[in-house]
Amino acid sequence: MSDVVEKTLTALPSLLSLDSHSGSTKLSSSSKLGNLIRGITELTSKHEEEKLIQRELASIKEQVSSPNTSMRQMKELMVRAIYCEMLGYEASFSYIHAIKLAQQGTALEKRVGYLAVSLFLNESHELLLLLVNTVLKDLQSTNLIEVCMALTVVSQMFPKDMIPAILPLVEEKLTHPKEIIRRKAVLALYKFYLIAPNQVQHIHNKFRKALCDKDPGVMTASLHIYLQMIQENPEGYKDLTASFVTILKQVVAGKLPMDFNYHSVPAPWLQIQLLRILAFLGKNDQSSSEIMYDILEESLRRAEINHNITYAILYECVKCIYTIHPKSELLEKAAKCIGNFVLSTKINLKYLGLKALTYVVQQDPKLALQHQVTIIECLDHPDLIIKRETLELLFRITNAQNVAVIVEKMLEFLRGNKDDYTTIDLVGKVAELAEKYAPNNEWFIETMSTVFSVGGDTMQPDIPNSFLKLLSEGFDSVEEDRKLKLFAVDSYVSLLQGEPGKLPQRFLQVISWVLGEYSYLRGELDAATVLRLLAKLLDTKSTSSETKSWVLMAMTKVCEGGVGVSVAQEVCETYSSSLDTALRQRAQELQHLSQDRDLRAKVLPREAGSEPLEVDSSLSFLDGFVSEALAAGAAPYKPHHQRQEELAQAKALSMEPYGLPISMSSCSIADRQSPTLLSVSSGLSGDSPSLSQKGGSTTPKLDGVKRVWGRQGYLVQTEPVEESDLVEVTGPLQSPNQQAGADGPPSQTPTLKPTPQPEQEKQQLASSLFVGLGSQSSLCLMGKPEATTQRFRRKAKGPVLSSSTGEQISNSSVSASSMANNLLCNDLLDSNITSETAAPSLEQTPQLSRDLPAANGACAVESTDRDVKENSASLIGDNRLVAADPAPRGDRGKLKDFSAHLPAEFSGLCHSDISPLASNQSLDVSACHVQKEDSLVLVVFMYNSSDDAIPHILLELRSDELEVSCEGDSPVEEARSRSVAVCQYSLTVKKPSVHVEVAGTVSYQLPVGTSQSVQFSYKLPLTSFIRPLTVSTEEYGTMWLDFSHDTKQKLTPICLGQEPLMDTLNVLKKKLKLHVVEIIGMEGIVACRVLRDQPCLMHCRLHAGALSVWLRSPVPDLPDCLMYHCQRALQEH
Amino acid sequence: MIKAILIFNNHGKPRLIRFYQYFPHVFLQTEDMQQQIIRETFHLVSKRDDNVCNFLEGGSLIGGSDYKLIYRHYATLYFVFCVDSSESELGILDLIQVFVETLDKCFENVCELDLIFHMDKVHYILQEVVMGGMVLETNMNEIVAQVEVQNRLEKSEGGFSAAPARAVSAVKNMNLPEIPRNINIGDINIKVPSLSPF
Repeated sequence: MSDVVEKTLTALPSLLSLDSHSGSTKLSSSSKLGNLIRGITELTSKHEEEKLIQRELASIKEQVSSPNTSMRQMKELMVRAIYCEMLGYEASFSYIHAIKLAQQGTALEKRVGYLAVSLFLNESHELLLLLVNTVLKDLQSTNLIEVCMALTVVSQMFPKDMIPAILPLVEEKLTHPKEIIRRKAVLALYKFYLIAPNQVQHIHNKFRKALCDKDPGVMTASLHIYLQMIQENPEGYKDLTASFVTILKQVVAGKLPMDFNYHSVPAPWLQIQLLRILAFLGKNDQSSSEIMYDILEESLRRAEINHNITYAILYECVKCIYTIHPKSELLEKAAKCIGNFVLSTKINLKYLGLKALTYVVQQDPKLALQHQVTIIECLDHPDLIIKRETLELLFRITNAQNVAVIVEKMLEFLRGNKDDYTTIDLVGKVAELAEKYAPNNEWFIETMSTVFSVGGDTMQPDIPNSFLKLLSEGFDSVEEDRKLKLFAVDSYVSLLQGEPGKLPQRFLQVISWVLGEYSYLRGELDAATVLRLLAKLLDTKSTSSETKSWVLMAMTKVCEGGVGVSVAQEVCETYSSSLDTALRQRAQELQHLSQDRDLRAKVLPREAGSEPLEVDSSLSFLDGFVSEALAAGAAPYKPHHQRQEELAQAKALSMEPYGLPISMSSCSIADRQSPTLLSVSSGLSGDSPSLSQKGGSTTPKLDGVKRVWGRQGYLVQTEPVEESDLVEVTGPLQSPNQQAGADGPPSQTPTLKPTPQPEQEKQQLASSLFVGLGSQSSLCLMGKPEATTQRFRRKAKGPVLSSSTGEQISNSSVSASSMANNLLCNDLLDSNITSETAAPSLEQTPQLSRDLPAANGACAVESTDRDVKENSASLIGDNRLVAADPAPRGDRGKLKDFSAHLPAEFSGLCHSDISPLASNQSLDVSACHVQKEDSLVLVVFMYNSSDDAIPHILLELRSDELEVSCEGDSPVEEARSRSVAVCQYSLTVKKPSVHVEVAGTVSYQLPVGTSQSVQFSYKLPLTSFIRPLTVSTEEYGTMWLDFSHDTKQKLTPICLGQEPLMDTLNVLKKKLKLHVVEIIGMEGIVACRVLRDQPCLMHCRLHAGALSVWLRSPVPDLPDCLMYHCQRALQEH
Repeated sequence: MIKAILIFNNHGKPRLIRFYQYFPHVFLQTEDMQQQIIRETFHLVSKRDDNVCNFLEGGSLIGGSDYKLIYRHYATLYFVFCVDSSESELGILDLIQVFVETLDKCFENVCELDLIFHMDKVHYILQEVVMGGMVLETNMNEIVAQVEVQNRLEKSEGGFSAAPARAVSAVKNMNLPEIPRNINIGDINIKVPSLSPF
């Protein structure tokens, strides 16, 4: 088939000028688009083309904006505009017309309009909002083609904020009778999942239905979603493993209709998708893996037909087998399969074979040994991609013994490479290998020199940085240290004596730094010589001014004695008048320091690099400034993510006209949760720089490999001896299938023996490349990454660095009513409690939260609350036993302590229970609220459970519904060891809501320099803010008429005795603190206010056994909230 | 996911461009990012002989280690799919083949000219193969059937179409039901345990 296509394609380009192609071409080439295309092909220069297109665009512009243009003409114009855009000429004037066309045209014109829109705009384009209504309309259309078009454009791009508007319609399509619509709807939902996962959370069930759809096409489409979701969270979908296996079994057995066959392979793309899903599910999970062993074997066996697509299935099979829990028979078969790939003459298969080898080589290094000859051949392959893939593979199998050969191969490739991307990538890898495995000083310095000169100025800046860090920090052995530095100085001096003008700037900077710091080590080297060499760099034209700064710095460090000073003076004269201020400053420094010896010794002490610099990364010295600014009314600092989140929330509100109530609320809940999730992840990533030095992708996973160089230091003392032993031992192990040749060069394949000479070279290469792999395999087979090889022998700086980046333990939506949850979650965070202990506590939680609302806010009902607390306290107790956490946390004893800390002025007042909100190792935060007559005070207790005093605690509270003002002196407090700091805040209602919430952050600094923060939130019902409002009946009358917001509802009265109205009002009065103004017959009027001064009036009338309640207030939402609480109060009575 | 589909000829002239991911302007630049990607991709692909592998890694614009260019060269045209690691290399390679064969069927011996003059049609065909970056359909007959349904629409709207000859030939087989696939469900009724919502 492809041959046919190829033939026709070769034959026809000549027709371009002849115009004698089939009818359709003739027709369209006489059209305007045809003219345009013909015009363009006749042109010879880019310039002419540009002129022609601009002319064309101008004419299109004129026509589209003319009111006389019909939709049909518009359609034709759009195609021309698309053509111009494709050639790279902007036709932004037509965007709006494309939207119009999609809106107003007939189905056919609509199609062009939608196509143009989806090609012109991107999902963040503002015009896209205009399309929303069109899409809505078309989704509801009875014309299937219009529905299809709408679904297609939606999956191509849709504004994220507008998803709630169309989501229900797309969801509806999941049950559409036509399978193509269902299928497109599934993919559209997948797209929504990708751009806004929160918004489709509620339809996960429907995805399951799509997976069970009777049409295999719909099922296939749903696999896209599952692949993504399982990749993100394999644990959540383990229950589906058997289903996926069943599906694959049926597909492999050919149970699908013949339609699905492709080159007589049943639904190959479906198989690939399923195998990928299985790989994710079976990873690190023996029981799931066992379910799939059979079908994997079956797949391997069935995929025998020699077609491209069966190899695709095989490849996925092999990858799956190596990903899931290993089974030796399967591994054997998979290994054979990889062998077939690698040995294949088809180059695509060879490429994939190498990829597979790279993937499996960590688990099974012997496999690389089997194919060493092929690998070596691939190193000289004419295809650069194959070559690079081979280097990637070698990179994974590098160890201390073969590092020299492999790095040499990589550098060889680099020297001939012109592609920037590859250079950056490979240079990073070489540098990494050199740091880790360098066999000796000379090799290391020389390799790094090559890296710097080949990598040039495109390489990642952290390569020179980490190299200099390595040099300056040194190792345990002073002697080794000295030798390394000396060698670096020597080799750089000789480089500078050559042709330094050709070296990249980064390298020159490295050289100047090294010479500046360490040239004194070489005693016989005259400072003046170094100075002259450096001065020569300054004179070179190609040297950038940044490099010149480095050079001047180096000269400042070096200059000493008579000759030196005179050289320095000369340089200073030139540069002290430089236009570049940085250079001028350096020159001035050089001038002054070269003349004053003592000052220089003080400013630039030798070996300064070895002494750790004290850096206060938490900026604690600014605390005074910050608190002053806060006191002066400055807004407290909000971290970036929080600001973003608030911004996003503000934006989310704008969707209301479109939003549907259900999806809106679900989305806003999710939004509210996310800031804390964000902060957790940012806290984690903040800790990571010491863990991942260079972006995850380039870091090889060399678990079972010895590290000689690198952060851990130079392990020269003992290992070399061991390793040389290993070399001898591993010799025979290298090629198990060629035991006879154990003493000679290892392996060779009998089929490949054309000329003995190059063959021998290859064998030699093989022996040097694959040395040490055998021994490594034995290490790896133990199955555990070897942690012991990672010795932190370098002077320990890492830990300090990582701890100073700050740690955040955040507890989201921790509220008084869900404190049991909170505690549980805390403990889960702090210590890995086994699931068995967590399970019973989870069971208790619902019960707790059921109890809690009753007790909430109403202080009178203390007994239930106490029960709850006992429960939760015991939960904590249990957990602590398991966790064996030394820090005492939220037990009963401490809670009693807190109430003792309640400020004296509140002693006679009614206060809620003190509920623990959040805690970490050093600080426990609890709070309660006190109801004063004219205010509500939130009292926050912070118990310092550590042994050190915490000097500054900054407590920030914020709330959407409440106004928070600090009572007392300042929010910054001190907490001495094992004591409690108390803060008071007065709360008033800004925006009424059934429950209001205060979120807070306690940030503080430990004496060790770690800045920490604890987040919490405190929830309280609106009823705590209600106070009686004493008014007379007349006043009540006038107020009633003034108030604009009201609500009416029928409630069930309470019937205790003769007078249900009186009883009901009494209950309300007691529970909600309302003021009963007057009762007249069957009617009663009641008044209250919500702090600070928001009145609300209530009129009740008993009629036919029901109590109709009418609430009025000047404040929006207040009547509704109060109605809710009244209802609750009566129900609970 | 498929990030972009580019078709250009041996001289780098774009014939069909479809991006499934928006590549914003990375630097302050006057030129369109998409055009730069097309140029770089052409530069990378055109350098390669016909006897090397069909996979390319690491263009610096579209690139990153997760991205891959998978391409096929047919006479005067290059078909390039830019995909991320969630796609199977060989699978995509055959998908290109399916796409080209479909074009061949729809245009009766497709050539570069068809792609130029019927750019919109090619887009419609592609929309039935790949939707929003996801593979929608791999079955050629099914794709052709869907396209023909749309062509029928074209016919009924007055025959102003640009390809009447083709449309007529397409209409011949058109008394088929819209989706002719008669699925024998049989054993494929997959039983997924219904569990509580997530």
